[in-house]
Amino acid sequence: MSGGAVQLRGRAERLAGALPALLADAERLAATVLPGLHGRRRAGVGDEFWQYRPALPGDSSRMIDWRRSARSDSRFVREREWQAAQSVMLWVDSSAAMRFSSSRHLPRKDARARLLALATAVLLVRGGERVGLAGEQARPRQGTGQLAYLARVLAARGKASADAAGADDEYGLPDVSGLPNWSRALFLSDFLGDMERIAEALSAAARRGVRGALVQLLDPQEEAFPFEGRIVFESPSAVLRHETLQAGDLRMRYRERLARRKRELAGLARMSGWQYHCHHTDRPAATALLWIHAALERGR
Amino acid sequence: MGGALGLGFTAPWLLLGLLALPVVWLLLRAVPPTPLRRIFPPVVLLLGLTDESSQADRTPWWLLLIRLGALAALIAGFAGPVLNPRASEPGTRPLLILLDGTWADATDWPARLRRVEAALEEARQAARPVAVVTLVEPPPPGELPFLAADEWLRRLGGLRPRPWQPDPEAVGAWAAALGGSFDSLWLSDGLDRPGRAELLRVLQEAGSLIVAEGGLPLLGLREARYEEGGFVLEAVRSVASAAAAEVSVEAVGSDPAGRETVLARAPLRFAPGRAEAELRLELPLETGNRVSRFVLRGQRSAAAVRLADDSLKRRKVALVSGVTAREGLRLLSPSHYLRNALAPGAELIEATLGDSLLAGPDVIVLADVARLAPAEADALEQWVRAGGMLLRFAGPRLAASDVGRGREDPLMPVRLRVGGRSIGGAMSWGTPRSLRPFAEGSPFFGLPVPADVSVSAQVLAEPDPELARRVMAALDDGTPLVTRKRLGRGQVVLFHVTASAQWSTLPLSGLFVQMLERLVAAGPSDALAAQAPEGSDWVPVVVLDAFGTLRAASALAGVPGERLARAPLGAAMPPGLYEDEARARRLARNVLGPGDVLSPARWPETVRLEGLSGPAPTDLKPPLLVVALGLLLLDALAALWLGGRLRRLAGPLAGGLVLAVSLAALALSPAPVLAQGDSGAGSARRDALALEATTQTVLAHVLTGNAQVDRVARAGLRGLSDVLFARTSVEPAPPIGVDLERDELAFFPFLYWPVTPDQPTPSPEAYARLNRYLRSGGMILFDTRDGDVAGSGVSSPGGRRLQQLALPLDVPPLEPLPDDHVLTRSFYLLRDFPGRHASGKLWVEAAPPDVERAEGMPFRNLNDNVSPVVIGGNDWAAAWAVDRSGAAMFPVGRGRAGARQRELAYRFGVNLIMYVLTGNYKSDQVHVPALLERLGQ
Repeated sequence: MSGGAVQLRGRAERLAGALPALLADAERLAATVLPGLHGRRRAGVGDEFWQYRPALPGDSSRMIDWRRSARSDSRFVREREWQAAQSVMLWVDSSAAMRFSSSRHLPRKDARARLLALATAVLLVRGGERVGLAGEQARPRQGTGQLAYLARVLAARGKASADAAGADDEYGLPDVSGLPNWSRALFLSDFLGDMERIAEALSAAARRGVRGALVQLLDPQEEAFPFEGRIVFESPSAVLRHETLQAGDLRMRYRERLARRKRELAGLARMSGWQYHCHHTDRPAATALLWIHAALERGR
Repeated sequence: MGGALGLGFTAPWLLLGLLALPVVWLLLRAVPPTPLRRIFPPVVLLLGLTDESSQADRTPWWLLLIRLGALAALIAGFAGPVLNPRASEPGTRPLLILLDGTWADATDWPARLRRVEAALEEARQAARPVAVVTLVEPPPPGELPFLAADEWLRRLGGLRPRPWQPDPEAVGAWAAALGGSFDSLWLSDGLDRPGRAELLRVLQEAGSLIVAEGGLPLLGLREARYEEGGFVLEAVRSVASAAAAEVSVEAVGSDPAGRETVLARAPLRFAPGRAEAELRLELPLETGNRVSRFVLRGQRSAAAVRLADDSLKRRKVALVSGVTAREGLRLLSPSHYLRNALAPGAELIEATLGDSLLAGPDVIVLADVARLAPAEADALEQWVRAGGMLLRFAGPRLAASDVGRGREDPLMPVRLRVGGRSIGGAMSWGTPRSLRPFAEGSPFFGLPVPADVSVSAQVLAEPDPELARRVMAALDDGTPLVTRKRLGRGQVVLFHVTASAQWSTLPLSGLFVQMLERLVAAGPSDALAAQAPEGSDWVPVVVLDAFGTLRAASALAGVPGERLARAPLGAAMPPGLYEDEARARRLARNVLGPGDVLSPARWPETVRLEGLSGPAPTDLKPPLLVVALGLLLLDALAALWLGGRLRRLAGPLAGGLVLAVSLAALALSPAPVLAQGDSGAGSARRDALALEATTQTVLAHVLTGNAQVDRVARAGLRGLSDVLFARTSVEPAPPIGVDLERDELAFFPFLYWPVTPDQPTPSPEAYARLNRYLRSGGMILFDTRDGDVAGSGVSSPGGRRLQQLALPLDVPPLEPLPDDHVLTRSFYLLRDFPGRHASGKLWVEAAPPDVERAEGMPFRNLNDNVSPVVIGGNDWAAAWAVDRSGAAMFPVGRGRAGARQRELAYRFGVNLIMYVLTGNYKSDQVHVPALLERLGQ
């Protein structure tokens, strides 16, 4: 593991340490049968004791719990709770637009996104879930080995983006191609790209039974638009530019558009059974992690 | 060059550049500010938004104004503006700059120097040779030291005013021999003096003359004398303006601690139209004796300082008494009352008349001395005629003698009647007489007469035409009580009563003291000539410079008496304080003498007169350029701010500002803050200690700096306190460790001082405190803690250290504790005093050698005092020491014998504290029977 990965993992562990193990809602995981820590509230394959039931014809004599049976006249079978793990796929936007912070006291949006993603991964792994990265070569797996791998991948991506600005697209688009059916997903992005394609990606995911959460990361400057006078605005990779003579006049209209974008995202999420949250980088990361914790656990 | 309104430009044509300003304005307005480039990811949301107004932001008008202001300042600055340009004086002839250089110049000396500097600067520009001459130190006759102005500019720093007047002869000789043609600038000190007119004529003949005068009025102290219990100060001023003026006079002298301070301050008022003023300053005699000089506050010249010499100092009084004082009859001796009355304010000599005369007293007091040997009487008369004051008191001897009977004795103010009278005695009808209030004109006038002063016997004066004028004080029936006669420059005063309380109660009253003070202090101020006779040699002690500052006069030669008295002040004899070591007299030569006036100089109409403080030309170029630079800086900041870039800089800027401010605060504040905190904490600690030590009886030990020893001492005193609490009525509070350097000792009846070889020696202040403690009844138990192996000698380290430590202490002679010492029976009956060691001897203050054992008693009548120190080496603290739970900390002895030894140690402690607290109570013989019974005898 490189130094950057160690650092990122360490910070993520610290952030996640404050929260209890995150147990993803697994109601839709009937199809995934891999054993995990999720009690299914029904008898099945697992380690935990669930109930004794009278032995039925067809139960092999191996299944009879003799200790229990010896206390009564009938024979009992000891059943275990059916346990299963869930796959949670994380998608972290690493487009050019994410590489921005308005002040050197604030983290960049992509840094905050990677931190949140890895913290979530730490929580999930601690809960026994399988975690993977959408669109990457990171299939969902369990265990701290996977955590180390994720940390390495995310740190490498942060380094790459720091090295070569403009190598990626201007705005990111959720990659839903590698999402397993009925898994859960967490998308971290500023969602400033083309709204229609975002909606397409989200509905494609919903069609495959994937549910999850959208976290929109915004810099406080992007929210407040504190500009006056003659300004040329450029996107980080300098592809898009807009010149204005009276930046102050644009403020209300810009804010209106941003609010509309947020409304659209929230509506989109609601319709496809997802959840939406907007997080500003000047707020503590823990608030966003708490929300993610709650969102992934919702419905249990 | 040159301009109206006192403003000129060296390059006026540059000002045309100001015409370009409107163009610049238009240009700046037309060009919009450059756009800022901003990275902004959500630019996609902005696409398609159009500006509501197509007009770009204009450069704000105030920014334009700043820029135009900077430009204008630059243009004006480079045009070379000069405020108050001096029109250059015509002429290329050599220039003579003449200064008086007296003390009167000192008040505005810097202004004079500036004026000279300006003149030199001009001369330098015009390449004129210059000579600078001060009249107090004129060059040899006819000579003019013409040099380049540069050279004089360099020498200017060495120019100093002198605290004396120019010598008219030397100046006259110099001026008379002057020749050639030159222009002159005369910086006059504004005072008229002889020879001035001739000099003026010479200068006017040689060329053009400008006279510059300072406008300040000059003030000086011309006399300070002692008169009837107060100082009389006379001041003069140079302009007798119609307005009243007030100036503060300060009496400077050493305070009781020896530091120079202002002892008194009083306003001196010049009445309107008067050039002279007088102030009477009443000071207590003792304070008055400490006055070293009087200073006119705010006047920076030698004339404003009046040095005080012996004529303002306490008087030398010789007491000659006819009765030899017998032991035990002190209160009957006349000189006792005189001594007590005179001692605070005068120097007393008690010797025979002949010896007294040799000492050169100011006053000789003869208390009931009737007859003088003819030689003595002649010498005395001579002395009185030379200015001495003879103060005589009547008495039985005088009354019984025939001095002044029949004819007037030169040394008696009046003729006396035979016998005198006695009133209010057992055999007379009258009652004792009281005093009549003092008449105006009497030196005693104004003194309150107490009602209880009565006179029962006196000598009577023969009626005489002269008598009425000679009476200074009288009884209520008009009989003279004090008479005075002038004799030569001196006087003879007779008190018609005794100086003791035999004849009157006057010597018992405060009035007596006041009368004597007035008489003794009112000795005539001797003329200078009389004080500095020919042949005496006077060495300057301190001298005054022209600014009125005192300087030590170590390098100056002495002055013979006749010169000191008569010669004018000069380089050989600057004003100052001169001392005649042979006579132990000090005499001051001051700048102004009695009767001097400061008359202002009058100039003829033909002289061009200028003030000193003509406004100097000021080059305005640098300030204008600084203003332009500041405006440009402001513009840069404003542009940054407008562009939003300042916010990014604001953090570091604010940080830097905070750092700078805090650094400045740090640099300015710490000393006072620390000092205050320190003293506050110190006084709080002192108060806490005082409270702790005085609310209850507390045993204390000296902190030695050795933690282990201090701990044991504390534990030991704790153990002793517990035992005292349990067995006696003494209920001490927990013991206190005392730091000798810081803590007040007076609160503790008893100090335990364990001596360690490595103990630091206390400071002199601490020793002073210790000695005060010992003298005021404290007791210190020194414990060398070594079993006294060396007999408190130097062969043990503790003993050696003890000797070093105790050397500066005020310790009486010691002896080993005698068997009958009170310590052996103050509470318990003890024979020896063991601590952890049982062998050591105990040393206490030695008994007086002459005490005797009383008849049939086992104890001597010992001294009344409690021994201030008890010294031993038995390490008592270790034997007494208990820990918090009350268990003994250290083993003592072995087994039961050890327990007994510890018990005896405690008993010694109890006895010691009882001895400290009750003194020699137990040595009272009253207790003897009970003690004898206890002892089984």
